[in-house]
Amino acid sequence: MLIAFLAFVGMDLYAQRPYVDSARADTGRVRTLRGVTVYTSGYKEVIPSQKLSGETLKSLNSFSVADAIRYFAGVQVKDYGGIGGLKTVDMRSMGTNHMGVFYDGIQLGNAQNGQVDLGKFSMDNIESISLYNGQKSDIFQPAKDYGSSGTIYLRSRRPVFDSSRTTNFKGVFKTGSFGLIDPSVLFERKLSEQVQLSVSGEYIRSSGRYPFRYRRVHHNSKEVAWDTTAIRQNGDINALRIESGLYGNINRGFWNVKAYFYDSEKGIPGAIINNEWMHAQRQWDRNFFLQGSFQKNISSNYDVQVNAKYANDYMHYLSPGPNQIRIDNKFNQQEWYASVAQKYSLSKRIDVNLSTDFQYNTLSSSLAGFVFPKRFTSLVALAGQADLGKVKMQASVLGTFVNERITRGNTATGDSAIAAPAKNEVTPAFFISYKPFPKADFDIRAFYKNIFRMPTFNDLYYTDIGNINLKPEYTHQYNLGFVYHKSRPGSVWSESRMQTDFYFNKVTNKIIAVPKGSGMYRWMMMNIGEVEIKGVDLVTDQAFSLPDGILLNLRLSYTYQKAQDFSGRKNPLLQDVTYGGQISYIPWHSGSLISSILYRSWRLNYSYVYVGERYHVSANIPVNYEQPWYTSDLSASKDFQLRKYRCKISGEVNNVFNQDYEVVLNYPMPKRNYKIILSVEL
Amino acid sequence: MKKYPLYFIALLCLFWMVSSCRKDIEVFINEDTVVDTVIVDNGFSGFYLLNEGNMGSNKSTLDYFDYSTGTYRRNIYAAINPTVPKELGDVGNDMAIYGSRLYAVINASNKVEVMDAATAKRIGQIEIPNCRYIKFDKGFAYVTSYAGPIEINPDYKQKGFVAKVDTATLAVVAKCIVGYQPDGLEITDGKIYVANSGGYMGAGNTNKYERTVSVIDLATFKEEKRIDVAFNLHHIKADKRGDLWVTSRGDYKQLPSRLYFIDKDLQKVTDTLPVAASNYFLDGDSLYIYSSEWSYITYSNVITYCIVNTSTREVVTRSFITDGTDNEIEIPYGIMVNPVTKDIYVTDAGNYVSPGALYCFSKEGKKKWAVRTGDIPAHFTLLSKG
Repeated sequence: MLIAFLAFVGMDLYAQRPYVDSARADTGRVRTLRGVTVYTSGYKEVIPSQKLSGETLKSLNSFSVADAIRYFAGVQVKDYGGIGGLKTVDMRSMGTNHMGVFYDGIQLGNAQNGQVDLGKFSMDNIESISLYNGQKSDIFQPAKDYGSSGTIYLRSRRPVFDSSRTTNFKGVFKTGSFGLIDPSVLFERKLSEQVQLSVSGEYIRSSGRYPFRYRRVHHNSKEVAWDTTAIRQNGDINALRIESGLYGNINRGFWNVKAYFYDSEKGIPGAIINNEWMHAQRQWDRNFFLQGSFQKNISSNYDVQVNAKYANDYMHYLSPGPNQIRIDNKFNQQEWYASVAQKYSLSKRIDVNLSTDFQYNTLSSSLAGFVFPKRFTSLVALAGQADLGKVKMQASVLGTFVNERITRGNTATGDSAIAAPAKNEVTPAFFISYKPFPKADFDIRAFYKNIFRMPTFNDLYYTDIGNINLKPEYTHQYNLGFVYHKSRPGSVWSESRMQTDFYFNKVTNKIIAVPKGSGMYRWMMMNIGEVEIKGVDLVTDQAFSLPDGILLNLRLSYTYQKAQDFSGRKNPLLQDVTYGGQISYIPWHSGSLISSILYRSWRLNYSYVYVGERYHVSANIPVNYEQPWYTSDLSASKDFQLRKYRCKISGEVNNVFNQDYEVVLNYPMPKRNYKIILSVEL
Repeated sequence: MKKYPLYFIALLCLFWMVSSCRKDIEVFINEDTVVDTVIVDNGFSGFYLLNEGNMGSNKSTLDYFDYSTGTYRRNIYAAINPTVPKELGDVGNDMAIYGSRLYAVINASNKVEVMDAATAKRIGQIEIPNCRYIKFDKGFAYVTSYAGPIEINPDYKQKGFVAKVDTATLAVVAKCIVGYQPDGLEITDGKIYVANSGGYMGAGNTNKYERTVSVIDLATFKEEKRIDVAFNLHHIKADKRGDLWVTSRGDYKQLPSRLYFIDKDLQKVTDTLPVAASNYFLDGDSLYIYSSEWSYITYSNVITYCIVNTSTREVVTRSFITDGTDNEIEIPYGIMVNPVTKDIYVTDAGNYVSPGALYCFSKEGKKKWAVRTGDIPAHFTLLSKG
């Protein structure tokens, strides 16, 4: 029992494991075959990282990946509400576009607007979510993995088989508030000793209807001025996801191929404004990608990794008449990507890695005046790591070479259509960790990283708004922190871990839309913003083994951020209002708590998210003030055996205290809501 | 090893300490600042300033400047009308006083808010989708709208209309279809003149912009003809002789913004002034104009100010702000001249997403005072005494 418990605690504690290990790490198995998996890895991250996986991840009442990411320190999720609502992630206040999101090892791209909607990724098939500030500690990775200010790695479930079995089947059915119907199936088959197949599918249907409430009180008397409850409209979604993977082992290596298909139609519920509480905009998304990886140890000190991907994304946006101006735009993006990484071990202590990637992106659209851009990106990363006992170091330098071409697309004859100039950027990163005490599991770590994000296709070319002269938007990150881990087998307080990081980030050349010309809300993208962020991230994990086999886990995270807008203004009167102000939607204080109690086959989870007061623009004046919000989620689950089927039933109550809150101005969030989940495994 | 639990508990405590709780949200109350200490009776009680607010923010707000005390009262609507859910609305696009009532055209809220002119107390609203500008005549309000007719048509062409509203009942009594995305309108000499923009049509192809003024006969409320002017029209205003001054936004590319003169008798454009015009205010024969146009050479807004004499049709001066304050203004957006004191009021919309500013200049163009406003300060209406 204890070992089993350590096992899943261990999963939280060590984000970094050798690949052989990770291929075996089926979390479902940890639960059902208690006492099997024990992690021996004592590897310490050189780079600050956080990970949610296994049982902890399951204990969160998270529907989408974005819901789960709220529990990480240093991260803010912008949530427009509802199952189909846009959810984007901002790490350490540097902006959504600085975050790289990787799905099963390869980056999810969006060259058009640089944002990955994490609300689109259901938790159904996700096994672990890891978050890295800077970049992943492992230097043996594609050049793209060096290319973001922060990265999130999503890993889907991989097949693992008992010695006697060749087939796994799992069916899950979720239903509850918002008219949710969400069945999913997973099928895994051992094709041979070396090759495994996985197929999974999920269908999500939700009316997206939920009650929300706005209430205001009089200034002096505090009596109710107005109090309105309404139903959120046009938030419906119909989505289908199908994934399939082949996983193979070869002599001193492995490979996998993965296909992913997602198709959805959803309403865009829109902002709740005076006199207009219903919107009719619709969006259709179709995403397909095919990706493969191959890795082999060629000789004792030489490893090769090859990755490749093709992605095709289609988006159709419709704003029907007659009350709004009719807009009907279609966008199609394609991405081709290939990467070769080579690791060479100079000695037992020193490794070097050379990665070269090539990527080709295209975008076409039915939007009037739109040019069709094509982007060729070459990336070369050279990295080294040294393990000198007490001191571990990593250094990397990334060269990014971007060339763009355009075709005239829908531009009128006579209009100029020019591609953005080529960009050649070389950016470094340096990481160091130091273990001062031989016995205590205590490490000090520090890093510096300079990286940038490319202007997106929209930034450069969007009709009327785009600016081809945009420069990349840079970030400079400085981080100092420590991590401490103590395990006390046999004692009540059996496991504890904490990590704290202090950081200073600077965003320069920030791409901001500025008013252009006269009236009609015309904008131009310009490199005029400057933001400085001082922050502290703090995460602790605690585990208690209480009498009667009761296990209690606690995870607490806290973030403090002072993220100031230091963009210069032409008008001193207006600069006084915004200069030095906390940037939009970044709370000074935020935090979360995850707790779970296990007793035999029962499990009770309580999780809490707190987002403190903040302003929706950097003019920190009362009219822009946003109240803190905090939600408590509860869930209970029970495992049971029904003949040869392993079953689990769980019930969730979210926003238990029925708080009426908004994450984004005029986008009300659901009140208390419920979910029931039934899963059957064979 | 006993220290560690303490640390954890201390951390929990710290967390509880920093986490402040939600309070009941109060309705906004106005913030008052005395900005002008020189009180001169100029025949007006004060003026309202409508802030547009960025689209989707629902932050259109109403400010009021009180001439009798020199006080600027920021964001008065919610304080005066605390029981209106979601306040004034989203994107205030035009405002006018007619009779004893104040009408605010709230574009994205698809309504015209009707208030008592003296108190700004809400009286009711007129529902008009995508409404833009308002003018009055003989007890009727005329409001332009971008929204098209309801019809099932695969080649749906969404022309705009002018709504005729009975100000007694606040009911829309008739609609007259005009061009695509009609903006400003003017009523003179028994005719309604509507500046059609086609603003949503021309992004890909300049030729798809509208380039006409629709002429509607007031008596029949039918469009009787179009006057060809220039691409992408915006404002239209009659001078005291009944001749019309029309602004064109240009195509934001090669074609610059321009000011056009329509002779009322000839019913056609007879003059083009070589000035760009984003917005203007007519005082007597003086047309105070500003313009901001994007320059693809300097990658910045080129801002100009001028006064045109509507009688001689000549540019009188190329600057009416004379003390250098014009170098501070990021995006001029609203303009008004007090007809008595000739004080010039210019707003700065800043970056559109945070507060703007209101400047008051003497008739010599020297700054008298400046004050922070709501987001995108834009539309003025003077309130007469009594």
